[in-house]
Amino acid sequence: MVWEALLREGVRVIFGHPGGAILPTYDALAPYEAAGKIHHVLVRHEQCAAHMADGWARATGEVGVCIATSGPGATNLVTGLATAQMDSVPVVAITGQVPTNLLGTDAFQESDVVGVTAPVCKHNYLVTDVNELPLILKEAFYIAREGRPGVVLIDICKDVQNAEGWFRYDFEIDLPGFEPWPQVDMEAVRKAAELINKAERPLVLSGHGVQLAGVGRELLQMVEKAEIPVVTTLLGAGNIPESHPLSLGMGGMHGEAYANRAVQSCDVLIAMGMRFDDRITGRLDAFAKQAKIIHFEVDKAEVGKNVMPDVAVIGDLAETLPALLPLIEERRHQVWLQEIREWKKDTEQTDILNYEVDELIPPFVIRQLWHATHNAKNGPPIIVTDVGQHQMWECQYFTHDHPGQLITSGGLGTMGFALPAAIGAQMAHPDRLVWAVVGDGGFQMTMQELAVIKQEGDLPVKIAIINNGFLGMVRQWQQLFYEKRYVGTPVWSPDFVKLAEAYQIPALAVTKPEQVVPALEQALNTPGPFLIDFRVKEEVNVYPMVAPGAAVDQLIRRPKPAVMQGYSGVQPSW
Amino acid sequence: MKYTLIAWMRDKPGVLSRVAGMMRRRNFNIDSLQVGHSETPGISRMTFVVDGNERMVDQVIKQLRKLVDVTRVENISEQPIVAREMALIRVSTNAENRSEIVQMVNIYRGEIVDVALDSMIVQIVGSEERVASLIDLLDNFGIIEMVRTGPVAMARGQMEHKYRRSTAVWRAQANGRDATAAERFRTGGV
Repeated sequence: MVWEALLREGVRVIFGHPGGAILPTYDALAPYEAAGKIHHVLVRHEQCAAHMADGWARATGEVGVCIATSGPGATNLVTGLATAQMDSVPVVAITGQVPTNLLGTDAFQESDVVGVTAPVCKHNYLVTDVNELPLILKEAFYIAREGRPGVVLIDICKDVQNAEGWFRYDFEIDLPGFEPWPQVDMEAVRKAAELINKAERPLVLSGHGVQLAGVGRELLQMVEKAEIPVVTTLLGAGNIPESHPLSLGMGGMHGEAYANRAVQSCDVLIAMGMRFDDRITGRLDAFAKQAKIIHFEVDKAEVGKNVMPDVAVIGDLAETLPALLPLIEERRHQVWLQEIREWKKDTEQTDILNYEVDELIPPFVIRQLWHATHNAKNGPPIIVTDVGQHQMWECQYFTHDHPGQLITSGGLGTMGFALPAAIGAQMAHPDRLVWAVVGDGGFQMTMQELAVIKQEGDLPVKIAIINNGFLGMVRQWQQLFYEKRYVGTPVWSPDFVKLAEAYQIPALAVTKPEQVVPALEQALNTPGPFLIDFRVKEEVNVYPMVAPGAAVDQLIRRPKPAVMQGYSGVQPSW
Repeated sequence: MKYTLIAWMRDKPGVLSRVAGMMRRRNFNIDSLQVGHSETPGISRMTFVVDGNERMVDQVIKQLRKLVDVTRVENISEQPIVAREMALIRVSTNAENRSEIVQMVNIYRGEIVDVALDSMIVQIVGSEERVASLIDLLDNFGIIEMVRTGPVAMARGQMEHKYRRSTAVWRAQANGRDATAAERFRTGGV
């Protein structure tokens, strides 16, 4: 029954790990797998099943599906589900549960999965009657997909899995309490257009919602028409091409100074599909005080949660943005753009890449990765990053010209995300180039999934480990805010090259800048997977940085390279 | 400030824990919460009193509406409302003060629902203040045990959402029968 429903939802690949309480469902999979209709990927840890489904969903826009057994299987899923939910990724998780008559008895491998996962799910179900199962499956996919996407978990008792029932799937979804697409208020759209037309220093702050609604092109049209610069959030990377003159890249904690300064100096801030996360706003009461704020958002609860907008345009961006477009007048904002260009010059002066450095530093590696891959065959490369310093460097030094090119754990910040999510993305796009960029700390959280790369027939995932011997971002905070007391941050790592060899994956270690380009070439020319261990300079910091609790224009700027040698270079903001 | 909210929700297992879990997770303060059946089969009605500022209440309402099982939420704090709660109070008595207590309870239009030699159970229904005030009085005699329901509330006057009923409900009435639960359910019950 489960598989018939999945087929009708267009699911082709599922990620999971079997166990006692989900065995009947696995058993029923056999004919579907034999017929090549649904492919099951065996993971090495259930958390990675959720990450893979997540990576799959982000790469395709379809619902990703993961499956696990009861008890430990289901609780292991939780981190992955929370990651997907925080970043609004449609994922359906199916878990086994002990038989109905054992529910609540602390039976073997029983846990209250619905209770445990409720806070990290959009909705979840416990199925105790086989006749309810088809409707619940259909509702689950509907809820996960529609509106602001999210995670839905279905916990199925073992006796329900064994029971027989009639399968039908022609239900009309009837969920009176679920309003995925709120009615668009045209009056609000008109008000927004009026504000934008009057603005002298407008700025777009665009987030993941733009990608979820698939309106990158419309956004570009709009900002070109009225000449509005664009700052993105981490997950909004590539909403408009970052090589475009109107793109200011990422804002927030590790955003460039000119991007944050633009946020703090604009007169109308147009927030699109983003939720004013603390990493983008810095200190809330000092955030864009001078600006009128327009908030385009599909989830009503996000409006006024952190920042109270002057105009709230609630509704699907795919509806509101095309409606807004004809109301926007053609404008030029040369004075405003010139001002930003002046700020930009200042940043370019301190950019570490503009100086000769003879050590291997991560920004250089990332920049070379961009040079080597941005013209890849079969479409733009998909970069999947983990969480930490390398994630921020990737964002700063890799130019994302396509929406959805960067897959990363933004909201929850889950270490260990990159490798499994990259596997998921690669399964979704077997022809495209997928790079997992990952730190030495995060890689060791989920490196067991290297086995999946092999078992799935040498998936051509390329892995770049930015190996600096520390939990770098935590170490950076310890350096800046805890007087360099490096407690618990030095990481001992195995020889990743030998580790890869053990998994029969070709690998290389890189220690010098001149080795980077040949290594990347070798990785790209090797069919199948490849791992490069970039042993980079140890104590390098991500700049600029907004200290937690500070306003976004109170930045710690990039120190001049001479200062950087001593690592004491905390400079005041402008 | 205190706000009174009413939420209607599908009567499904776990819905109360979903609501309570969301409130705890988002750090909202519930003063009181009361659940029971509504006029529509399959739909429960919950009355909340929450303590906080306007912005917080706005979030409470929006987050409640996001729950799939919650069909409707209304903030009736600004409207004229009828809010009542009930309390059962077991108060210790003796021969001397028994009649005095009975008098007091009568003034408050309460009822004595059980009498024992050394105690009796008083039932009071009314606004929160009236219940609290009787409790204060009875406290002088010694309260042994007490239970309060917390207020349930309803807006006064004409109900505008009477007209929000689905065509299915009207059609059923035109055909001289009551709408089925499923038909009423389609529009969220009311």
